[in-house]
Amino acid sequence: MSRHVVIVGAGPAGLAAAAAALRAGARVTLLDASDRPGGQYHRMLPAEYEAENNGRLHHGWDDFDRLREHVLTHPRAEWWPDSSVWSLERADDGTSTPRVHVLRGPADGTGRERHVLMPDALVLATGAHDRVLPFPGWQLPGVFTAGAAQALAKGERVVVGDQVVVAGSGPFLLPVAASLLEAGSDVREVLEANPAATVLRGWSTRPWELASQTGKAAELAEYTGLLARHRVPYRLGRTVVEARGDGRVEEVVTARLTADWTPVPGTERTVAVDAVCVTHAFSPQLELPVAAGCELRDGFVHVDEAQRTTAPGVYAAGEITGIAGAPASRAEGLLAGWTAAGGDPSDRAVRSVVRRRDQGRAFAARLAAAHPVGTGWPDWLRPDTLICRCEETDYRTLRAAAEDPATGAPRAVRLGTRAGLGPCQARICGPAVADLCGRSPDRAVPGLASASHHRRPVAQPIRLGELAAPPAGPPEKEGEQHP
Amino acid sequence: MRVVVVGAGIVGAACARELARSGFAVTVLDRGGPAAATTAHGEGNILVSDKGPGPELELAKLSRRLWPEILDGLPNRGGVEWDAKGGIVVATTEDGARELARFAEGQRAVGVIAEPMDERTLAAAEPHLTRDVAAAVHYPDDAQVQPSGAATALLADALRHGAELRTGCELLGARVEGGRLTGVRTSGGVLPADLVVNAAGPWSGETASRLGAPVDVRPRRGEVLVTTPLPPTVFHKVYDADYVGAVGSGAQDLQTSAVVESTRAGTVLLGSARRRVGFDDRIRPHVLAEIARKALRLYPGLAGAQVMRAYGGFRPYVPDHLPVIGPDPRLPGLWHATGHEGAGIGLSVGTALLLRELATGSAPSLDPEPFRADRPAVLGADASEGAA
Repeated sequence: MSRHVVIVGAGPAGLAAAAAALRAGARVTLLDASDRPGGQYHRMLPAEYEAENNGRLHHGWDDFDRLREHVLTHPRAEWWPDSSVWSLERADDGTSTPRVHVLRGPADGTGRERHVLMPDALVLATGAHDRVLPFPGWQLPGVFTAGAAQALAKGERVVVGDQVVVAGSGPFLLPVAASLLEAGSDVREVLEANPAATVLRGWSTRPWELASQTGKAAELAEYTGLLARHRVPYRLGRTVVEARGDGRVEEVVTARLTADWTPVPGTERTVAVDAVCVTHAFSPQLELPVAAGCELRDGFVHVDEAQRTTAPGVYAAGEITGIAGAPASRAEGLLAGWTAAGGDPSDRAVRSVVRRRDQGRAFAARLAAAHPVGTGWPDWLRPDTLICRCEETDYRTLRAAAEDPATGAPRAVRLGTRAGLGPCQARICGPAVADLCGRSPDRAVPGLASASHHRRPVAQPIRLGELAAPPAGPPEKEGEQHP
Repeated sequence: MRVVVVGAGIVGAACARELARSGFAVTVLDRGGPAAATTAHGEGNILVSDKGPGPELELAKLSRRLWPEILDGLPNRGGVEWDAKGGIVVATTEDGARELARFAEGQRAVGVIAEPMDERTLAAAEPHLTRDVAAAVHYPDDAQVQPSGAATALLADALRHGAELRTGCELLGARVEGGRLTGVRTSGGVLPADLVVNAAGPWSGETASRLGAPVDVRPRRGEVLVTTPLPPTVFHKVYDADYVGAVGSGAQDLQTSAVVESTRAGTVLLGSARRRVGFDDRIRPHVLAEIARKALRLYPGLAGAQVMRAYGGFRPYVPDHLPVIGPDPRLPGLWHATGHEGAGIGLSVGTALLLRELATGSAPSLDPEPFRADRPAVLGADASEGAA
């Protein structure tokens, strides 16, 4: 019987993984929380949809629609939309692939079914979401992540505001501004927090690595041209340090930043807006890799040359291994799916995929160097700035807890201030809380789960009724599979 | 007198506080951080309801008396989230009802307030509870704290009274001179001590072994589910009478019984599970499912409530279900304050008082004999089950 590969996430990486696993002869179950494949590719630079290279495996699948069609209609593939993995259960023997606990059905509907999958291999391709650093007033209506603003503009044809400032860091700010302009918003300015020196240094080291990414340079030039035609200033080394308004955003305060993102006093300017879009970076969705026991490095899932994680039977692809855009994700997905299905990573069929994956990794490193998150940003916080919006924990409370030796350990800080304990389960504030508490996580103790904010044993909310019902599908007594 | 307290959980914090306030020079060490392990992974129970007449109930009554007095003297007691909400124990079968009535009568005989509830009082007290209840008993003295907040408040008081805290510091072994413990070797060097308190919870067995006087304290795993914040639904700590049986059981396999209560943040905590799985920290879906099933039997209306989090921890388990408190006659200088299983939050303050009374030679508030460290169950005589 062919190997069963379960792929979590049907964005560019997951879809590519499915295609390659099918090509290698596996049976594939592809699942995604959304009702259709594609992931968050809408937020990617549009030119990235068109890959530049024709690897053998890749050939003919450059077009996203054809790739999707190929996977969804393949006789060995099962597509599970509206499916979320709420738990990954590591095996008793420490060498088998984890079991995948899935909820099937629209998240807002009733009667979702519980399923348990026991694959031979698991590919995690869960992607990343916008990371926003807290600033005074960021809880006001009218403050959006750039990703949300773009999804609304492109997907729903809804503009978040008439007068908009786009701020944060990374090339992704440009297409967001472009979408807003096309949808009719007046984009007042686009602010890149990193100064020109950082951005240039990041992009210009080892320029030969960029040779494969010429499409991106041309595309960036196109966006800059669009901004220029609309007379939208693109400023480096400046960001939004406060949003103000009575009940919703009416104006933002921007300030010049030093290289480490410390606001420079006296450089503040006020801009009248009715919306502000902010994304400082991207946070990989790590709860499933962490649940599977994958080792992390520098905040991303560590994978080897064949996209294997350190957890048995678990592969990772896409933005959970590094932020590099859709082509890199797709190359990683192809390789992960191929090897997960038992394919040989040194096979000629994947040679060009490996090359493009390597180029993608180099691009990720460059992107990270050109658009780092500075360490000086806490200077723009005030004592009453909310850090955790779910639980309304402010900066003063958090600092007081963190600075007291009795309460300052990460777990005690969290339980004592409730930062990160609300419905979003630290997905938004987790990295900021970790930065602000200025301590390494509780020292690892054997037998004691780490206090990492990525640790969410219940990876997605599950209703008590759904949890209480026995899993659907082939009868198998839970908890007795791994002796 | 120099004291080293091993473990900065709630028992270590309470002991450090008592001893520091009595003038001992106390150092608390923990290989992790304060309140990071067992203390942070429980529900914060301060219960008299789940204990039958005997030494543990006496310790629980003493602790219940002490808690409000201690909190009154703590400057940062807000974080403790003390809530004297009372407990309601329900039996869902006729057999269970008879057993509960008998249990409550025994408790009343030793001074526990245990008030039988009729259908109307129960419905008024817990309107969302199933009506399918054979009997219910109200325990007004049951209370709850936020356990991490309680532990860190006690620890902060200890520090205010001169105690020193060393985190990320692991105990490696003993310094013994003339047959007496005179200090501990740690990852941060040797700490001289006239008295060493083993308050390492489920790791007490390992700690005692490193010091050369093993005790049979084993980990027993428990899990708790947390819902998103809900409108007020559960007003007391409500649990199924078979919880008492599960607590008292020594079985290796999974035992679950419904324990439902809300927190100040509006979340509802759902327990409880007990498993002997060593230090395996995996949160198992089938355990969570079993907890959910039992909880829904008591509160069917919670079926639509979203579970947003689950946590699990290890409780220090002693085969005879009694804490270990006092000096270890095998190694002068070594003291134990451990083995409270799931009751350590509540029992911490009574344990600390008793320990301090024994250490200073004052008259103990209750008979320390049943908690002796050299009783057979602690020395591993009950080895039939083997090490977990």
